[in-house]
Parts: sequence; structure tokens; C-alpha cells
Amino acid sequence: MSATLKAYAVRLFPQVAALAVILLMVSIAFPGFFRLEMQNGRLYGSLIDILNRGAPVALLAIGMTVVIATKGIDLSVGAVMAICGAVAAAAITSGHSLAMTLLITLGTGILCGLWNGILVAVLDIQPIIATLVLMVAGRGIAQLITEGAILTFNDAGLIFIGSGSLFGLPMPVVIWFAFGVIVALLVRRTALGMLIEALGVNRRAAMLSGVSTGVLLIAAYVLSGLCAALAGIIAAADIRGADANNAGLWLELDAILAVVVGGTSLLGGRFSIAASLIGALIIQSVNTGILLSGFPPEFNLIIKAAIIVLILVIQSPRAQSAFVFLSRARASEKKTAGEAK
Amino acid sequence: MNPRYLPLTATIAIFLIAYAVCIAQYPNMLSTRVIGNLLTDNAFLGIAAVGMTFVILSGGIDLSIGAVIAFTGVFLAVLLQATSIHPLVAFVLALAITTAFGALMGAIIHHLEMPPFIVTLAGMFLARGMAFVLSIDSIPIKHPFYATLKSAYYKLPGGGRITLIGGLMLLVFALGILIAHRTRFGANVYALGGGTATARLMGVPIGGTTIGIYALSGFLAGLSGIVFSLYTSAGYSLATVGVELDAIAAVVIGGTLLTGGSGFIAGTLVGILIQGLIQTYITFDGSLSSWWTKILIGLLLFAFILLQKGLIHVTDRRRRHA
Repeated sequence: MSATLKAYAVRLFPQVAALAVILLMVSIAFPGFFRLEMQNGRLYGSLIDILNRGAPVALLAIGMTVVIATKGIDLSVGAVMAICGAVAAAAITSGHSLAMTLLITLGTGILCGLWNGILVAVLDIQPIIATLVLMVAGRGIAQLITEGAILTFNDAGLIFIGSGSLFGLPMPVVIWFAFGVIVALLVRRTALGMLIEALGVNRRAAMLSGVSTGVLLIAAYVLSGLCAALAGIIAAADIRGADANNAGLWLELDAILAVVVGGTSLLGGRFSIAASLIGALIIQSVNTGILLSGFPPEFNLIIKAAIIVLILVIQSPRAQSAFVFLSRARASEKKTAGEAK
Repeated sequence: MNPRYLPLTATIAIFLIAYAVCIAQYPNMLSTRVIGNLLTDNAFLGIAAVGMTFVILSGGIDLSIGAVIAFTGVFLAVLLQATSIHPLVAFVLALAITTAFGALMGAIIHHLEMPPFIVTLAGMFLARGMAFVLSIDSIPIKHPFYATLKSAYYKLPGGGRITLIGGLMLLVFALGILIAHRTRFGANVYALGGGTATARLMGVPIGGTTIGIYALSGFLAGLSGIVFSLYTSAGYSLATVGVELDAIAAVVIGGTLLTGGSGFIAGTLVGILIQGLIQTYITFDGSLSSWWTKILIGLLLFAFILLQKGLIHVTDRRRRHA
């Protein structure tokens, strides 16, 4: 067991270290950063804020990790968020119960995922293009549902999902954390994760060795759709309305970024949901940190770009082989030094 | 008929049929004024889409063009407001920056062996961020030279006008077709899209071609930014968000294979015109809402992807039988 734990620690170290450095830098610029307060049975503070604001990207990153592990990509998640937010608002305002609304909304997300999955797995269309269709059309569909307006609602139950609290934590935090744990356990305590990795490394080889690749692929996109539905509900509940134009806008890019920051390769294969979640927190810490430290928010995107380039350089095959070369050179140096003694 | 031409033929047929339907309903849409406006309103998108076609033909993708267009607009506006240099000098400066920017992305894609998707995503953030840093306000451009350029047009019979920017788009398309089919660079782009390993064995300079492709896309995005600033007479860092998606959609509807290696620049022009036609129809109708544009373009995208899939399937089977 301790070997497994050690493997986890090694895998997650770069992400955790990056997060720690960013948090430290923010706390230097903004002294009260780590302060937490308990008010009305709920924790308040900048750290909680990061966890809370990062909820949509964290949720999307869970599904995106699995999709990217299959060597795919899901560009439609932002649009699916908008559709699901619109569906939730429309269902609750037309008199459905909360349970029914949630069921309809999650069903919509699953349906969107199913559409993407069938395009990729059955019609064998490149994932970037297959999900582009829903990305372009999705916002139109969402506007069709809300009829172009921002559909507001007052249902206390639905609003609770966006701004309520459970165990002293904001509801969105509880949702993404619980969902992340469930999915991580599901893929790591069963063979599913390994099968997904096999599919991502080489689809044909996986198929020939008896993995039902079609079902797995569809399931990955359905999971991504489900995550987008949850994120859509949270985003809509947070502002008490469905905004078809802006809900989830460009969040697909943040989610992909979170996965890449988490060290999962865009070329498929090995993946880690925990690392992607930390990646999502890194992105949110940068966003919140820039606001808190009084840095002009205009620099936000430039810093993001710099982070991507840095990670690209570290992850690139060329740099990797250079690292291997250097460490080997150092090892052989030590060896020769030892022999000389 | 060569199946290579089928997607292009289908695109042209769809455009002609759609236009005929529009004319049947609104006879006024036949006027040269509508055609002139179609060219003017979509000029910046068309120019950027030519660059996107080259990128997609090579099997890559460029997500940064919308941000580069916005950056160029803000750059020009700030430069013309703060200094007294002539707009033409500013144009040259802007084009030099965007071309270098594209070349840099191409170099990173080639030398670090990273997927174009994520590299150009970083480029998109960087260009948009630079635009924000320059200015977050919408800055008007009041230089008299802009007024001169805007008032230049060629009058068509029937009162329609081919404006300078509309004409520029047609010129860019013509040059794009020449580069794609009559130069070594164009042949290299097609070869690269057919497969990197094959292209390398054929002796195609992979690095130079990749950098050239993204530099060309950056140059055309810069040119598109100049055209957009002429079109709106302002620079605004939040403008042209998502234009890369419209450009990709136009390229796919134009019959270019998204896996690279097959397609035509001319198809992209028709793809742009189809998108413009949908918008014009919605304007003429007046009761349809703007979101139908997105849904229709999504459906068209889907139809063309299916058509291409079917074509590949048919040609594969024919090859197997032969």
C-alpha cells in the first residue's frame, strides 16, 4: 500500500508544488489570504473562494480527463453547460419538482454526451470535429430554450445547489469533490481506468485484445456530458438564472488546460483525475490571485499563456529526452567518480 | 467525376440552391447591393479563413486568429491615437508582428513536437491578453486616411458596391488559390496534410513548411484585423471572439477534409458565402432569431462531415475492389 501511496506522491508532486508556490506568491501579495472564518455554520475565506469558484472547471476537468485519456477531446462542454442551465431553468419555472428538474437536466447532459460519443465511436469522426458540431450549435439550442432572454428562477432548492452549504463547505465544492472521488474510485478500483488507457494508447490494439472500445468511448463522452450538466446546474443556480450566451463560455478551454496542467497527455493514455482537479485549482488560484493581489486583471490571460508554454516545454518529447539524457549523464558521472575512488 | 471534387461541387450546389430559395421568397435578394454587402460584411472572416484553410490542409488547427484580429485592431487604434505615424506604416508594423507571432507558434509546434491545438490555444490567450494590456476600452480611429480607404469602392451595375475590403478579400482568395496549387509551398502543405512521415520521406522540409503555414495564418489574421478595423473604425479587445470557430466551420462547409491533405481554398469562399447568406436571410425575414444561424451552421457542419465520411468510405471500398 505504501508503494502505491509513494507512486501517487511522485505523480502528483509537480502539480502540488506548483499550487503551493502560486498560493505562497499570492499570500505574499495579499497577507490575509490564508485566513478562514466560520460564519453561520459555513467557512469563509479566500481559499474557500478558490474551491467554490473553481467548481465548474473542476467538474468539467473530471470528464475531460477521461475523454482525453481515450485520445479524444470534448470541445462541446461549455455549450452543453449552457444547454443544461437553460433546461434546468425552463423545467423549474414550468412547475416541475426539484428532483424532476435535476433528472431532466442530467438526462439532457447524458444525451449530449451520447451524441458526441456516437459520432466519435460509431461514425468514427475525429473528436475535435465531432464535438465542434455541438459546440457551434449548442449555444443556439440553449438560446432557443430560453428564447434569447436570461431565464430567472426563484426555487429555493435549485438555488441551494449554487449558494447553499453542507458540512460547512459551499455546495458546489461538496459536489465536485464528491463526484471526483466517485469517478476516481470507479476507474481506479475497477479495471475501467486501465482499459481506458489501453484504448487511448492504441485503439486497434485494445480492440484486438478484447476491450469493447466502442462502449468505452461512448461512456467517456457520456461522463463528460454528465459533468457538463452538473457544472451547468451550478452555474445557473449561482446566478439564479440561465444565461445562454455566457454560461460556460470558453470553459472548455479552461477544462482542457486543467487536464494538461495536471500532466495528462493530449495524445491519450495515462491519466490522473486527482492531478486534473489540482490543475483546475491552479488555474482558479491564478485567476483569484491576480484579482486579490491588485494586479491589473488584463495580465490574467498573459500569465495563463506563460503557464501553458512553460508546461508545454517541460512536457514536450524533446525536453523529456533531454532530461533523461542529463540524468543519465549525471548518473554515469557519479558512477565513474565512485569507481575512481 | 473525380471524387476529390465532390465536396466542392456539393458546397457550390448547396449555395446556389439556398440562394435560389432565398430569391424565390425575397426577390430583392438578387440585387448586386446584397451581393456587395455579403462580400463587405464577411471580408475579415474570409481573409482569416484563407489562412485557416492552409493550416487545416496541413492537418493542423489555429485557434488564435480571433484573438490576433482583436489584437491588431487595438494595436492600430492605440498606435494611431498615441502617435502621428501614417496608417500605412502602422499596417506594416501590425503585419510584421502578427506574422512573427504565427511563425513563433509554428516553430514551437515543430520543435517541441506539441499538438497545434494546445500551442495555438496558448497563442490565443497571449494575443487576447496583449490586446487587454494595450487597452480595455473601445478606441475609435479617426484618421482621415481611414475615411479615404472606406470611401473607395467599385460601383457595380444595379447600385451594388464592391468596397475596398470586399475586393481585398477576393484578391486574397485568388492569391491563396495560386499559392495552394501553383507553388512548391502549396504542394508541401498538401503533402504534410497527407501524413508527416510520408512527407518527410518525400523530401518535404517539414520544419520550414510548418513554420511557413502558421506564419501565413498569422499574416492573414493580421490583414483580417486591419480589414476589421477599417470595417468598424475602432479597436476593441473584446471584439471578434470566436471568429476561429466561424472560420473552421467555413473551411469544413467548403469541403476541406479536417484531417488534412484534401480540399480547396475556393471551397472556403463558398463556405463563407453560405454563412453570410444564412445571416442575410435572417435579416430579410426579420422574425427569425439570430440563434438559428448557429443551429443551421451546426447542422451544415454535421452534414458535410457525414458527406466526407461517406466519400472516404466509398473510395476505400473502390480501392479495395480494384
